[in-house]
Amino acid sequence: MKKNGLKAWLYLLPALIFLGVFMVYPIIDVVIYSVEQGFSFTSQTAHGIGFYNFRYVLSDPYFIQALKNTFILVAVTVPVSTGLALLISLGLSSIKRLKELFQTIYFLPYVTNTLAVGLVFMILFDKTEYTDGLVNAFIKLFGGGAVDFIDGPYWAKMTVLCLYTVWIVLPFKILILTSALASVKKDYYNAARVDGTSKFRMFTHITLPMISPMLFYLIITGFIGAFKAYSDSVALFGTDLDKAGMNTIVGYVYNMLYGDSGGYPSYASAAALILFAIVLSITVINLIVRSRLAFKGGGGNA
Amino acid sequence: MNVTLQNVTKVFPPRLRKEAPVTAVKDFNIEIPDGKLVALLGPSGCGKSTILNMICGLKEPTSGKIFFGDKDVTELPPEQRGVGMVFQNYALYPHMTARKNIEFPLGNLKGDAKLTKEEVEKRVTEAARIVKIEELMERKPGNMSGGQQQRVAIARALVKLPGLLLLDEPLSNLDARLRLETREEIRRIQKNTGITTVFVTHDQEEAMSISDMIVLMKKGVFQQQGRPQAVYDDPVNLFVAKFLGTPAINVFRGKIESGNVTVGGEAIIDAKGQPDRDVFVAIRPEGFVPDEKGSMTCGFGSVDVLGRDYMVVATHEAAETPVIRAIIDSDTPVVRNGEKVRFSFKKHKVFVFDAATEERIRLD
Repeated sequence: MKKNGLKAWLYLLPALIFLGVFMVYPIIDVVIYSVEQGFSFTSQTAHGIGFYNFRYVLSDPYFIQALKNTFILVAVTVPVSTGLALLISLGLSSIKRLKELFQTIYFLPYVTNTLAVGLVFMILFDKTEYTDGLVNAFIKLFGGGAVDFIDGPYWAKMTVLCLYTVWIVLPFKILILTSALASVKKDYYNAARVDGTSKFRMFTHITLPMISPMLFYLIITGFIGAFKAYSDSVALFGTDLDKAGMNTIVGYVYNMLYGDSGGYPSYASAAALILFAIVLSITVINLIVRSRLAFKGGGGNA
Repeated sequence: MNVTLQNVTKVFPPRLRKEAPVTAVKDFNIEIPDGKLVALLGPSGCGKSTILNMICGLKEPTSGKIFFGDKDVTELPPEQRGVGMVFQNYALYPHMTARKNIEFPLGNLKGDAKLTKEEVEKRVTEAARIVKIEELMERKPGNMSGGQQQRVAIARALVKLPGLLLLDEPLSNLDARLRLETREEIRRIQKNTGITTVFVTHDQEEAMSISDMIVLMKKGVFQQQGRPQAVYDDPVNLFVAKFLGTPAINVFRGKIESGNVTVGGEAIIDAKGQPDRDVFVAIRPEGFVPDEKGSMTCGFGSVDVLGRDYMVVATHEAAETPVIRAIIDSDTPVVRNGEKVRFSFKKHKVFVFDAATEERIRLD
């Protein structure tokens, strides 16, 4: 027994070392940084210990802005992208001809580089001295005025960011949901049809409960992903996100570490821990809701 | 409710362009009498389930007509046919309890047909009582045995009081003991409700034991229909004779020669007035009578005691199978002559079929 235990630990050792060095140690370090007041990189010393860094970060207008941006992003993109993905997947699974072609088309954005997609969005939305951009041309067609989406009012920039994020996360969700829909056995629908069930009732009483585990998976990962958003904003608005007012929490952490005004690992750590707390609580809430609502799988057939 | 199928044909288009279309059911005619338990019987892949799916409306016949009573339902979608269907794997919704599953069809009723809460409750309780699952109502299908799921599925089909109940291979997912129990159960439920019931099976014993009528088919083509015993006693062709009965019927290559049926050169029965030709001679195991002066000489294999009966295993060079099996009642002595044993026959247990068409040749 004892020998076996030793062997087991030996097998686990490589993974444990990597986890220890690259996960556990940094997490501990971040916690330590976040409570050290006035920590200096060069001297590796601090004046004292306390919650000063958290107070600072929470009163920093840039952080508040980043927090607000992140929350808007999460609140808009998670429901919109999941709902849209569900609609598109339902469409994809009900067409018969050229199904594979359409599935491929809808999956293509997933394998496209985020920065390349950002460039395309710039071309679509950007307003320069020479051109108003494609989207503005469209708006003008319907009698609206041209809007500067990239360097203009906050709501315009936020709209583009949300659209962009939805576009980026959509293909993966469609992929997951089409396979979830395909895994619902046809017999359930046949049985429901023979019993005269309406399409709507089939969807709400059969399809939705059956794919609910996947739906919850997408919602939880969607929340986490959106809270961790950063590159999307950079792809659209460049690296000086604070100036553009489009920073996110992760962006704020990055700026505090390496940005032009950076070099404050304590503030960065405090901000990162706040983000961690938010993500953790949202995930816990999600898991609780899921355990109440979702059907827990299992074919149920002998 | 009578169900009539008139010249029903179902052709499935090929999956690949190179393949030929598959004719699953060909020019099928049957009439299912009201209030009877009818078995659609045939080997796997012979189109039985396709017929069931066409009756319930999930599949549309390529040509032909289907009538419920006098009403042509060929074009009617499944939801308007009012049939109850039990699927092979039961198709119970795994996220719903037995009660919710059984209630489900009632929730589809609209307008005047809509039931009050009390009526729903009453119907569900009644359906549960018929299939005896009152104590399982709050369980989900995942926590039930195959037999219990089967009953819930039947209750779900019965709860809307259908004019016709269809069961697709109802026993195939059950173990041997449950299968016996459940088939009696199906018989009982059908008797009690008096509902016209059609079930699909490839197990002849199952079909023979519980149904009022069997319909035999092969490769999408109708073969014979009738009371199980009547079909067993009077098969129209070699396929039907071979398909029914355990142990299987013994088949020999033989000839009709100058008014006699001969097997291996020995004349075994009369065939007066029949032209000479090659035939198959099929003899039911219970049709053999050990007889020292019998007309057929077989190589002796063994005698297995089955309690009430003996089974004599013998060989014959003209037999289609390596051994032939004869069931002899235990009062009749089996007299052996060295390694040989001789039989005469009960005439009504011997069937003769044309070797080319495999159709029955009716003697005398």
